[in-house]
Amino acid sequence: MLRLVNVNSYYSLVHVLKNVSIHVNEGEIVSMLGANGAGKTTMLRTISGLQPVYSGQVYFNGQEITHMNPEKLVEMGIAHVSEGRQIFQPMSVHDNLELGGHLIYKRYGRKTLKADIEKIFGLFPILRQRRQQYAGTLSGGEQQMLAIAMALMARPRLLLLDEPSMGLAPMVVKEIFRLIADLQKERGLTVLLIEQNARAALKIACRGYVIETGRIVLEEEAGELLVNQEVKRAYLGKEQREIWE
Amino acid sequence: MYWNERIECMDREEIEQVQLEKLQATLNRVYKNVRHYRKVFREVDFMPEDLRSIEDIRKLPFITRRDLSRNYPYEMFAVSLREVVRLHTASFNFDDPVVIGFTENDIHDWAELMARNLTAAGVGKDDVVQIALTFGIITGPFGVQVGAEKIGASVIPISAGRLYQQVKIMRDFRTTTLVSTPTVALGLARAMAEMDIDANSLALKNGIFGSEPWSADTRDALETALHVSAMDTYGLTEIFGPGVAWECPEKNGLHIAEDHFIPEVVDPHTLEPLPPGSEGELVLTTIAKEAFPLIRFRTGDLTRIDYSPCACGRTHCRISRIFKRSDEVIVIKGASIAPEQVGQAIARVSGGQPNFQLVVTREADADQLLVMVEISDINFFDEMKKQRRFVERLHQEISEALGWEVAVRLVEPGTFDPQRRVLDKREYI
Repeated sequence: MLRLVNVNSYYSLVHVLKNVSIHVNEGEIVSMLGANGAGKTTMLRTISGLQPVYSGQVYFNGQEITHMNPEKLVEMGIAHVSEGRQIFQPMSVHDNLELGGHLIYKRYGRKTLKADIEKIFGLFPILRQRRQQYAGTLSGGEQQMLAIAMALMARPRLLLLDEPSMGLAPMVVKEIFRLIADLQKERGLTVLLIEQNARAALKIACRGYVIETGRIVLEEEAGELLVNQEVKRAYLGKEQREIWE
Repeated sequence: MYWNERIECMDREEIEQVQLEKLQATLNRVYKNVRHYRKVFREVDFMPEDLRSIEDIRKLPFITRRDLSRNYPYEMFAVSLREVVRLHTASFNFDDPVVIGFTENDIHDWAELMARNLTAAGVGKDDVVQIALTFGIITGPFGVQVGAEKIGASVIPISAGRLYQQVKIMRDFRTTTLVSTPTVALGLARAMAEMDIDANSLALKNGIFGSEPWSADTRDALETALHVSAMDTYGLTEIFGPGVAWECPEKNGLHIAEDHFIPEVVDPHTLEPLPPGSEGELVLTTIAKEAFPLIRFRTGDLTRIDYSPCACGRTHCRISRIFKRSDEVIVIKGASIAPEQVGQAIARVSGGQPNFQLVVTREADADQLLVMVEISDINFFDEMKKQRRFVERLHQEISEALGWEVAVRLVEPGTFDPQRRVLDKREYI
């Protein structure tokens, strides 16, 4: 469904993505692991058109989308939930959702928008309770749910998730991940997931990539990454490095 | 029947995407972790990010078995030894040793590949698989075992030899699948005839044969004698053993697992890449191995690649069955022998290097090796007794070096062409 071929990307003179090639199949959750500064967020921004591609190609459903602008990409079905819960804090939950659904409104009208918001409330019952509350007054977990809900309002086919668990309590993280897994199972949503919480991410993912200083160094099934010693040491926080040599 | 239909039948575009991704990741890893690759990449001024397409792999140098033994034991490993869960030293010889390591995931991948191979050969979870391959001397049986267990079949890891017991086990245990070398399978057929056991009284239906070249005639003979569908499988010790390429029910070439390996065919003399369909040396790059990745490994096996679609539905390309090698290595009784090994053994006994020739024949379906050594000043004795003792020592030394019995004969100069060190009289086609 999504395909990156030899993508290179720069922040001025800093070469961030070095010849990155990845793919995400329809209906898959693919997880991207990597240390801070490895280029994970840049990769998502590159896919969703927020970051220019220096060289290489990005394909979505067989169509090249390399230099398309973000609005067009959202229309095509790519939704990006960026890191740090980007919601409109001084607006109510309901208004935030309406904003997320502006495309649906434009295309299908008010009735469909309303029905869609109802569906979202079905998925996130807690947001229904908070519908008139200002988004800024929600708890961290609820804000993250709202951010995801806003993205879903655009009826995406591919969801790019950037660290959904950041700054959340473990219980809430569990809830969020259960939700992502449900979205994939029940709605057939395709997800590209960036996560520091590697164990939780790999549990719900089908496959995963490991990125190191802008280069992909591993591509494997999620189960295989979980037992890979290198991954265990670097991202799962298991076993201290013993002296060997 | 497929084991992993999504992978085995994915379209060409998808295969190429997976290959590009995994190749780039592999290059990044070997460049970081293996000194040999870092060195040879730098020599041709290549950085992993210079690889933009699979064809760019041609910019990289080849590696040979010699490179592997030069980096013996652990220098070619791309992970530290503590991550390695298995070490194979199959066909180990002192002059040219190679050690191959596997991580937990490598073993897991091997099981997956073997499960695909066995499923293609008709093995399911209700089957009883008798592995009549020698554990240890070749890696094959370990792979067959993990693959069959992954499918859920019942495995009898009986090893080769003791043919009469094997036949009894085959009958009593209701073995449905025999995995062995063709030589052993023919031996079993003979033992059955001697024991007066009819193939109809057995439950056999699948036969997977490999680790030495075998002909279409042998296939017919095996299918008639054992009432099996005989399938070929291809692999090499340096990669996994079996699980690299295997026949599907169409029996028209062996599918290479393209999500794990990138095959190329090159001219063995000029080393130039050849177009699909022409015969040349098979060069393999592993793109999923963790512990022991190989970049452009020269297998020495001569074959052709066919990218045309196969009637079985598998989309991975096929190589033709392998009968010949580009070097003088001969494959006999499942092990490969380089003439140098024999030459070194002869030199140790005689203190010089007389001309010699290896003659391989097939007698009563079993491969025989005869070493002919030319009489010269170095090894001429006027006393019969000394001469005999010399031949005896030669026989001992060579048999010791190869690990099994060979015949040795001293011959007059001019009996054979000294330029030709190997004479393979076996008929394959």
